[in-house]
Amino acid sequence: MAVRRMITLDGNEATASVAHRTNEVIAIYPITPSSNMGEFADEWSAQGRKNIWGIVPLVQEMQSEAGAAGAVHGALQAGALTTTFTASQGLLLMIPNMYKIAGELTSYCMHVSARTVATHALSIFGDHSDVMACRQTGFAMLSSGSVQEAHDFALIGQAATLRSRVPMLHFFDGFRTSHEVSKIEELTDDDVRSMIPDELVAAHRARCLTPDRPLLRGTAQNPDTFFQAREACNPYYFACADLVQAEMDRFAALAGRHYHLFDYHGDPEADRVVVIMGSGGDTAEEYVDWARARGEKIGVLRVRLYRPFSVKHFVQALPVTVKAIAVLDRCKEPGAIGDPLYLDVIAALREAHEQGTSRFVHCPKVVGGRYGLSSKEFTPAMLKAVYDELAKDEPRNHFTVGILDDVTRLSLPFDAELDIEPDDVKRAVFFGLGADGTVGANKNSIKIIAEETDNWGQGYFVYDSKKAGAVTISHLRFGPRRIRSAYLIKRANFVACHQWVFLDKYDMLAYAAPGGTFLLNSPYGPDRVWDELPREVQEQIIEKKLRLFVIDAYEVARSTGMGVRINTIMQTCFFAISGVLPREEAIGQIKKAIKKTYGKKGDIVVQKNFEAVDTTLANLHEVAVPAAVTATRTRPPIVSDRAPELVRNVTAVMMANKGDLLPVSAFPVDGTWPTATTQWEKRNIALEIPVWDPAVCIQCNKCAAICPHAAIRPKVYEPEQLAGAPETFKSTEYRGPEFKGMRYTIQVAPEDCTGCTLCAVICPAKDKTNPRHKALDMAPQMPLRETERANYEFFLALPDPDRAAIKVDVKGSQFFRPLFEYSGACAGCGETPYVKLLTQLFGDRALIANATGCSSIYGGNLPTTPYAQDANGRGPAWNNSLFEDNAEFGYGYRLAIDTHLDQARHLLGQLAAQIGENLVDELLGADQSSEAGIAAQRERVAALRSRLATIGSPEARRLDALAEYLVKKSVWIVGGDGWAYDIGYGGLDHVIAQGRDVNLLVLDTEVYSNTGGQASKATPLGAAAKFAMAGKSQPKKDLGMIAMAYGNVYVARVALGARDAQAVRAFQEADSYPGPSLVIAYCHCIAHGFDLAQGCEQQRLAVETGYWPLYRFDPRRIEAGESPLKLDSAAPKLPLAQYVRNETRYRMVEQANPEHFRHLMQAAQREVTNRFAWYEHLAKLTMPVRTEGEPSGSGN
Amino acid sequence: MDLSTSYLGLKLANPLLAGSSPLADDLDAVKRLAEAGVGGIVMHSIFEEQITREQLGTIMDMELHAESFAEALSYFPSPEEYRLGPERYLEQIRKVKEATGLPVIGSLNGVTPAGWLDYARHVEQAGADAIELNVYYLPTQPWETGEEVERRTLDIVRTVRGAVKLPIAVKLSPFFSSIPNLARQLELAGAGALVVFNRFYQPDIDIEALEPKVHLELSTSAELLLRLRWLAILSGQVKVDLAVTGGVHTAHDAIKALMAGASAVQLVSVLLARGPEQVKVIRDVMQNWFEAHEYESVQQAIGSMSLRRSPSPQAFTRANYQRLLAGWRP
Repeated sequence: MAVRRMITLDGNEATASVAHRTNEVIAIYPITPSSNMGEFADEWSAQGRKNIWGIVPLVQEMQSEAGAAGAVHGALQAGALTTTFTASQGLLLMIPNMYKIAGELTSYCMHVSARTVATHALSIFGDHSDVMACRQTGFAMLSSGSVQEAHDFALIGQAATLRSRVPMLHFFDGFRTSHEVSKIEELTDDDVRSMIPDELVAAHRARCLTPDRPLLRGTAQNPDTFFQAREACNPYYFACADLVQAEMDRFAALAGRHYHLFDYHGDPEADRVVVIMGSGGDTAEEYVDWARARGEKIGVLRVRLYRPFSVKHFVQALPVTVKAIAVLDRCKEPGAIGDPLYLDVIAALREAHEQGTSRFVHCPKVVGGRYGLSSKEFTPAMLKAVYDELAKDEPRNHFTVGILDDVTRLSLPFDAELDIEPDDVKRAVFFGLGADGTVGANKNSIKIIAEETDNWGQGYFVYDSKKAGAVTISHLRFGPRRIRSAYLIKRANFVACHQWVFLDKYDMLAYAAPGGTFLLNSPYGPDRVWDELPREVQEQIIEKKLRLFVIDAYEVARSTGMGVRINTIMQTCFFAISGVLPREEAIGQIKKAIKKTYGKKGDIVVQKNFEAVDTTLANLHEVAVPAAVTATRTRPPIVSDRAPELVRNVTAVMMANKGDLLPVSAFPVDGTWPTATTQWEKRNIALEIPVWDPAVCIQCNKCAAICPHAAIRPKVYEPEQLAGAPETFKSTEYRGPEFKGMRYTIQVAPEDCTGCTLCAVICPAKDKTNPRHKALDMAPQMPLRETERANYEFFLALPDPDRAAIKVDVKGSQFFRPLFEYSGACAGCGETPYVKLLTQLFGDRALIANATGCSSIYGGNLPTTPYAQDANGRGPAWNNSLFEDNAEFGYGYRLAIDTHLDQARHLLGQLAAQIGENLVDELLGADQSSEAGIAAQRERVAALRSRLATIGSPEARRLDALAEYLVKKSVWIVGGDGWAYDIGYGGLDHVIAQGRDVNLLVLDTEVYSNTGGQASKATPLGAAAKFAMAGKSQPKKDLGMIAMAYGNVYVARVALGARDAQAVRAFQEADSYPGPSLVIAYCHCIAHGFDLAQGCEQQRLAVETGYWPLYRFDPRRIEAGESPLKLDSAAPKLPLAQYVRNETRYRMVEQANPEHFRHLMQAAQREVTNRFAWYEHLAKLTMPVRTEGEPSGSGN
Repeated sequence: MDLSTSYLGLKLANPLLAGSSPLADDLDAVKRLAEAGVGGIVMHSIFEEQITREQLGTIMDMELHAESFAEALSYFPSPEEYRLGPERYLEQIRKVKEATGLPVIGSLNGVTPAGWLDYARHVEQAGADAIELNVYYLPTQPWETGEEVERRTLDIVRTVRGAVKLPIAVKLSPFFSSIPNLARQLELAGAGALVVFNRFYQPDIDIEALEPKVHLELSTSAELLLRLRWLAILSGQVKVDLAVTGGVHTAHDAIKALMAGASAVQLVSVLLARGPEQVKVIRDVMQNWFEAHEYESVQQAIGSMSLRRSPSPQAFTRANYQRLLAGWRP
């Protein structure tokens, strides 16, 4: 038998490793935090990795989790061993099929990285609210609590379901286990084989549907029989728990790790016991050991098999001495007597008592508590609070732990300072930027230490919810025993700051243990660095007696050709200082890892990394720490003191990474937040910002139109408004007749700019004598920050021009204030310019329904949100329902608005005499097709309201509440291609088929961007994406053409970076069209694999190669006998290759298999040419002109 | 009539080589070249910048955004077989060799004697019969001397010479002060042949966009004259073989180049414009011409019109210029 290896990997990989080896069909759909499991499976199958029967499993991405569940159900029925991976909303979409699969007693084990189900807010993090929503489906539920257990239970689950015929839901904690990197013992193929007997597989197959032995399932049954038939499965459920235990016993004989349905750990005569499920159990065991060493008689009972819940095993597992039990649930069931596990325990004890199987000396008191929602930290300190509570005569029931509930006062207080980690566990915390490669290097370090030494290792990574300038915090532990601390490090021996700017933002040294080490990447050398530190940092260094090391890693990276990648440099420093390994050995291992990572990708990269490693130590210096604090500079406040109270008291705390400290009372009760809060978060992430030269500028405003973050803006204003302008504020005469005599300024928001350079690249204005100099040049931000901050403040205070005076074209659109600003989207994002444009044109009367995805994350992730308000306090109202229902959700807005409007109009009629016929006629007949018309209607509504106030009847009051709907509202349904082409397509189709006035904006990045680039039906032929690794073999779905087929849907295909004027026009037409409108927008994306500074160039190529033809299909044209389709871009004039060759998503397919790629490209080129021919044909149609008396066909 | 010739120690069935171009990337075109009777194939150049930039750039594009955001630890699949760098190129050398059995010359294009020259070794291992080094360097700094520019070229040749056993051809630009002196030094540095001349990309200017406009113009026969002159000057003065590239479009062009001293004639633009089958046309016309003029072998013609043997050598030197001026009347 093969020797088992010790490997380091995360929980998702550990699970997928077994699932891939034990299944034949894997149907999946990406959803955080389970996506990686499907990706691993797909990657392995693409590599030809085989399962234990020598077959490469078929991995199929579906259009939704509902689709995945359907495919799973079908594959199981047709006899394949089948699995899936999912979480949260995805799991909920599978529930209907889960009932069926269980009802048909199907052997099936699925794997879930348990995640919060969205309620008042979405959360991608871990708790049990999703799996608990499945406890009624008839699935067995198996809970693992660590990376090793996830690996083991994936196998036990598969074995047990084959044995019992009860389908299994194997779950573990999202992120805490799914993403924790840990050292485990790997199960060999022989291990897996011996747990999966052939005869059980054969039995599964024998139950399948086949015309050679035809049978039938899925009947409809009537009241006479359904009930009895439903009870027929009982023997299987009664037997299930024992069979699972039997598999656990077999596993123990094989691998040595012995699990039980309920695992008790602690004092055999404990008086207090915590019952818990998932990763919290590891922490509880760790605490129990610590407390027992201090004389406490306590224990923890870990629930492994939650369904079927075996009362017998449960009662037997508890010590007979127990007096008090706290059942901890990682989910919340509002309105229930208690949370689910608690209720199960109560019922189990009661039943045992009734049956006389209760063995307890005293009838134990049971309380329930909630912990760890959405990956909230669950620490030994919190466990201490729970055990202490249990020691009381009347322990509190239905408590929470881990938060401060100052409203309903359910929370247990705990001592946040308690730290039980032993000294022989080395702890290190690293603050880095996503872009600098810190996390990757740390994952590497864990691998090196855990696999090359006897140490156990654990890594957990905290990521940012911003995509541009994302901060990462890595928590690494190493020690001589298996690490059970499933919580973040509190006291680190080693703290590293990989970015100088963090010193002013985060209290990093709060993590430092006394006597520890602080490694700082500093532009200042060992002689100067001390004086540049803020006071708070100096104080902590002295107070905690920290050793301080500095390196100018960016300089080392620059000089060795590594660009901004400082990962291997900082990693070398860590090894050099920490002494985990002898220096030479460590450097050898780092190089080995570099070779392994990049060896196949190119010698140059390996060489440059080696050079960086070799240059590092000469540049690493220890700083002699002075005895006294010398700094006068203190860390700046997180937000301006001018910020609203909520922002100062709540948002700022979250921004400082201290949101855990906020009490319940700080929060709205229903998830409602004010808009326009990104303005208070000054992130200062740009190294360089644009500098405007008014003398060269041609005032086209293209810079502002393409800016993804609304960080560069134009304004026209009266000359006298320049009074009091800062000295460096730039202004020039406005060119053009519309605002003759006025002044013009392009102003950058220096602290909000991300430095993406799109504005400077798109700027067409070159200095004639030196064309390298443009109207916008990039320059270092630091020296400009202060002056430009003052200039920007002055700029914002200048009044916005009258909307009615602005001509709506590309240039004019940018004089409308953006009501979407400084979002957390990637630097150079291709989506946000569209969203911003939408808010500029219609934001003051827009309701936005946003599908889950990138746009909902940068649009609505706390702490601050980008949707903003104009000077009148108007702005987009925004909500995100789900991924799959966005069109329907937005359609619901429309239904509500239409009924409000109908009622308002009805009441206007009713009250016409009192209001005044003229005003009523004007209100009802208002032309709101222009900004002027809308402004006039707003005035009429104001007049109406003042009249209504004098009327005072109940009808008048009702009309007053509805009057604002007399001003036209614009409903926008926004989402990505994953929503529009795949999971939400059914709803989208239904909504556009209804004829009501909604606008759908599809931000088409051609992959699931937010979850990491999985293929959607929008992914183009020939491009690689996850689940289309060899290049997508089918052409992109032509969503526009499908929508056009309805005939009464306005459809436009736009590419702002290629043809901005066409995009602005399409947005206006979409809004003005009185029926459904669909705008499909080309969005370049980091998942395409090129420098986004070239985003507009790629958009241009997409259009000019004919890959992305621009068009507007306006059913209103049919009336005039014209073709509704107007092609806005010429026939392809460049070969497709010219566009695709710039993008890694295509190049990687070519690199992997040039021959295959050539075929794909030939097909893709044909597809482009053919499709363009279709459009051209359609655009040339002449339509029969409507004759008198014929009903109108267009519009609604 | 014996058309065979020897170049870089390789026996060529005839002096016509398919010069370095994208044709060699396409196995189908390669087969057509062989059927048309080409004497040998020079591979498409593998560029130093291409190797370096592609590797660094692609890794940046893929990694810069990885491990930054909880929902997406990466944005690309990571297929095992995804290879950056020259592997594909090396594979193509093997395939060309296998498909044609003809002499195959690998081509490296670079400006620094850096690590990429290791690829010369890979090219050797992949089965190439020789290596052509295209030293494409434009001095732009006022402090860089002509001697330094020459030394750069020589260093690269020495580095590659030290790395491989294969014969090495050096493809030169015409912009050196003393080409015969450089030729001699290259010979001493270990070059086995000189290829004259490299055609630089010469960017145009877009006066609307104020941008340089990069495009590639195919050569014309007019460009041959510069080459004929330098072939004639070098022929017989250096021991290395000479080859011509740039401006050979017809059989007569080829014959002239041979007479000026080339033992191999590289065709590029004519094949790109008119297809691989053009090799056969040129070869047949050439053969007919030699036969009609009662040549027994091509060897008789090679170098017959060089500076040393030409009946009027001054035509290749300064006299050429003087005479033309004298004949010019306003």
